[in-house]
Amino acid sequence: MVNPSLDVWVATGDGDGLSIGGNHMIHMLRRNLNIKVLLFNNQIYGLTKGQYSPTSLLGQVTKSTPAGVIDFPFIPVSLALGAQATFVARAMDRDPKHLQEMVRRAEAHHGAAFVEIYQNCNVFNDGAFFQFTEKETKDDHIVYLEHGKPLLFGKERQRGIRLNGFRPEAVSLKDGKYSASDLLVHDEKDSTLAFILANMIHNPDLPRPMGVFLALEHPTYEEQMADQIARAKSRKGEGDLQKLLDGEETWVIK
Amino acid sequence: MAKKIQTLDEVTIRFAGDSGDGMQLTGTQFTNTVASLGNDLSTLPDYPAEIRAPAGTTYGVSGFQIKFGSTDILTPGDTCDVLVAMNPAALVTNVKILRDGGTIIVNEDAFTEKNLRMAGLSTNPLEDHSLEKFNVHAIGITKLTTYALADMNLSTRFVDKTKNFFALGLMYWMYNRPLDQSIRFIEEKFGAKDKQVAEANLKVLRAGYNYGDTTEVFTTRFDVRPAKLPPGKYRNIMGNVATALGLVAAARKSGLQLFLGSYPITPASDILHELARLKEFGVKTFQAEDEIAAICAAIGASYAGALAATTTSGPGLALKTEALGLAIMLELPLVIVDVQRGGPSTGLPTKTEQADLLQAVLGRNGEAPLCVLAASSPADCFLTVYEAARLAIKFMTPVICLTDGYLGNGAEPWRIPDAGELPPIPVTFAKDPVGFQPYARDPGTLARPWAIPGTPGLEHRIGGLEKQDVTGNINYDPDNHDLMIRLRAQKIEKIADDIPEQTVEGSRSGDLLLVGWGSTYGSIKSAVAGIRESGHAVSQIHLRHINPFPRNLGPLLSAFKTVIVPEINSGQLIKLLRAKYLVDAVGFNVVRGLPLRSEEIEDFVENHIGGKHA
Repeated sequence: MVNPSLDVWVATGDGDGLSIGGNHMIHMLRRNLNIKVLLFNNQIYGLTKGQYSPTSLLGQVTKSTPAGVIDFPFIPVSLALGAQATFVARAMDRDPKHLQEMVRRAEAHHGAAFVEIYQNCNVFNDGAFFQFTEKETKDDHIVYLEHGKPLLFGKERQRGIRLNGFRPEAVSLKDGKYSASDLLVHDEKDSTLAFILANMIHNPDLPRPMGVFLALEHPTYEEQMADQIARAKSRKGEGDLQKLLDGEETWVIK
Repeated sequence: MAKKIQTLDEVTIRFAGDSGDGMQLTGTQFTNTVASLGNDLSTLPDYPAEIRAPAGTTYGVSGFQIKFGSTDILTPGDTCDVLVAMNPAALVTNVKILRDGGTIIVNEDAFTEKNLRMAGLSTNPLEDHSLEKFNVHAIGITKLTTYALADMNLSTRFVDKTKNFFALGLMYWMYNRPLDQSIRFIEEKFGAKDKQVAEANLKVLRAGYNYGDTTEVFTTRFDVRPAKLPPGKYRNIMGNVATALGLVAAARKSGLQLFLGSYPITPASDILHELARLKEFGVKTFQAEDEIAAICAAIGASYAGALAATTTSGPGLALKTEALGLAIMLELPLVIVDVQRGGPSTGLPTKTEQADLLQAVLGRNGEAPLCVLAASSPADCFLTVYEAARLAIKFMTPVICLTDGYLGNGAEPWRIPDAGELPPIPVTFAKDPVGFQPYARDPGTLARPWAIPGTPGLEHRIGGLEKQDVTGNINYDPDNHDLMIRLRAQKIEKIADDIPEQTVEGSRSGDLLLVGWGSTYGSIKSAVAGIRESGHAVSQIHLRHINPFPRNLGPLLSAFKTVIVPEINSGQLIKLLRAKYLVDAVGFNVVRGLPLRSEEIEDFVENHIGGKHA
C-alpha cells in the first residue's frame, strides 16, 4: 500500500497460510492486494516436526493424531475461491515446467494471486501426492486446465470431463458414446465453473485439476486507496497542516 | 424582572440521561461553547459500553461531566455543582457525586412509576425528601418541549428526541452562554439533510433558554469569566483527535507518508476515524481484519519507508504482542498507541485505567525492550505521539504511546502550535550500496540504517530469527545472541540521552514528592495544591518518558524523604521505580475505571505523613 511498485511475494504453507495465518490469507485475497502467494501444501507440519495440518486427510496418523485426524481438511483452492480471490491456480513440485507457467501467470495477474503447490514432504508425509506426480499413475489422476480447451486426460488423452447438470463426470471418448464436443470447456473467467472444478476433489473417480481455475480482472486495493487520495487532493487541495491543527473553532487569548 | 448575575471562578456540571437521550452530544455542545468563550475546561464522558442498554435502567445511563472556569482547570472535577438528570436512573446513579447544596435539574416528566421501578426506586425521590440537601428544580422538560413544537405536527418519538436541546438551552441561560455556536452546529448538522429537523431542534434549544429567562423558579444566573491562559490561538481538543493530528504533523515534518494499520476497538477507534478522513494529507488508513494484521501491515509499511502507526486499546495490544517482538527484531520505526481501558480481558471498554503500563514496558516474550511514552492530558496526546514518532525514526524502534479512555475522549483547550515551529524530524534512508550492512549501527544512537526495498544494491533479508551483528544474517551463535540482546537494550537506553531531563513542579528536594504518569496529571496537581494549602511542602514529578526514564530521575527521587506514586492500577510505575532506583516509594492505587479524585489523593497523602509523624 505504501509503495505499490514493489513486487510482493509470499511463500507460505498449509499451516502458516491456512491455520495460524488463515484469517490474513482470506482477507488479503478478498481485498485483492497485489500480492502473489505460493502456498506449498504438504498436508503436514514439517517445521514443527510432524503434526497434522489443516489439509491433512481424515484418518491421517501423525505425531499429534496417533489415532487419526478427525477434522475435515481445507481444500486450499476452494478456500481461496470462497475468499473471492481473483486468481487461483494449482501446480505440483514434480512438474516444474507447469509450475513455472503458473508462477508466471500469477506474476502477470493484476491483483492477488493464489497458487497452491503440491509438495512432497519426504520426512513426515512421504508420498502424499504420488498418484498425481508419479509416471505410472499421474496421467489418469490429473487433468490440466487450459482456458478455452476441453478437459482431456489419460495417457492417450482419450478420457474427458463432461458436466452432467452441475456435476462433473469422467467419460471415455473411446467407445463412441461421447466426443470431444461433449466435454466441459474450461473458462477461467467463470467463477461458478471454478467452484465446480475445485469440488472435483470430493469424487475419487475424478482426476485432480491442475492449472488456472480462475483469473478475473478487478481493481486492486492499493489502486483504489491511491485513487481515493488523489480524488481528495484534487477536490480539497493538498492538505494544509496549520489549517488542520487550527480546526474549525478557534479563539485568541492576548 | 432582571435576574441577578453572580460570577463564579469555576463550575462542574454533569449531564446525565438514558443512552438514547443524547447526553454526549449535549455535553460536547456545551463544551464547545464554553471553550470558545475562553474558559479553561476539562471533560469526562462516562457512557455505557452497550450500544443501547434497556431504556430507563441504571446501567443504560450515559453521563458527560464538564468543569470549566476562569482558573486553571486540571480535572473534570471530583464532585459536581450541577446535575442535569433526564430520568430517575440518571439521578440515582449520579447524585452521589453532587456536592451538598448542589443544584439538581430533573425532567420531572420522566419520573413515572415505570421509570422509578426501572431505576430500582420504591419511592419518588422528588417527593420523598431524600434530596433535601440539594437545590432541586423539577421541570417538565418533555411537556415544555412538546409545547414548543406543538405547531409542527411531529411524532411523539421525534419530539422526545429533541428534549436534550431544551436542557442545553436552559444551561446556556443559567451560565450566561450564547446560543450561536449550537445554532450553527444544528444548522450544519441537520439543516442540509432535513430543514424540519433543524428547525425543531433550534426551537427547543431556544425554548430551554427562554424558559430560564421567564420562569420565576430561577432567580440567579451565573457567569464564568475567561481563564487567564497563556496568550495564543486556542481550540478545544479531544485526546484521540490530538493523537491523530500528532501523527499527521509528524508525517509532514519527517516528509514521510503516514500509514495507519488499525482494528476498531473502544476507546481507540476515533483515532482511526479521524485519520481516515484526512486523505488530502496522503494518509493511508487500513482497517485490518484483526489486531495482528493491523500491526503487521504497519510493520510492512515501515519497512517500505512510511511513518507507520497502529492504534489500539489494552486487549488489542495483547494481541499485537508477538508482532511487537518482530518490530523489535527488525529494528524498524513504529508508533503504537494504546488508549488504555479497564481490564483485564474485555474488562470495562468505555472506562479508563492505567493498568497496561507493565504490558507496554515488559509484556513480550524474550528480551524485548522498546520505548514507552505516556500523555498527561488530552491536548498533550499531540506532543507525546509526535515525540513517539521522532524517537521511533531516530532510534529505529517501536515506541508505545500510552493514553487512556479519559484522555482519548476527554477534552480541554489547546494552544495550537505553529506548524512551522514543531521540532524537525530528520529522516535518512540508506542509499549507498558501498559497504552497506543492514545491521551496522550508528555509533551515537545504535540505530541501524533504514534501507527500503527497491533501493538498488541494498537488497537484504529481514525476519524474526536472530540476526548476526552487522550483517543481519540469520545466526544461532550463543555469543552473538547475547551481544544482540545487549545491543537492542543499549539502543533503548541511549534514548535517555536524547530526551529532556525530568522537570519538577515545586522544589527539587524535600520531604514529600508525588510521582505520576499519564492522565492522572491534573488530579495529582490539584492534590498537590491542596496539600500545600494545608501547610505541607510537596513537589510533583509527572513522567512522559517511562522507558527509558529521564537520566536525572534517580537523583531526583533520592532527594525526597517520602515518594508517593498515585496510579489507576494496583501499582505498576511504582514497581519500575523500586526496581530501578531502590526507592522505598508508597503507592496510592484506586482502580474504579474513573480518573483519580484529587481529594482522595490529598487525604491519602495527609494521612500518610500524619501517620508518620504520630
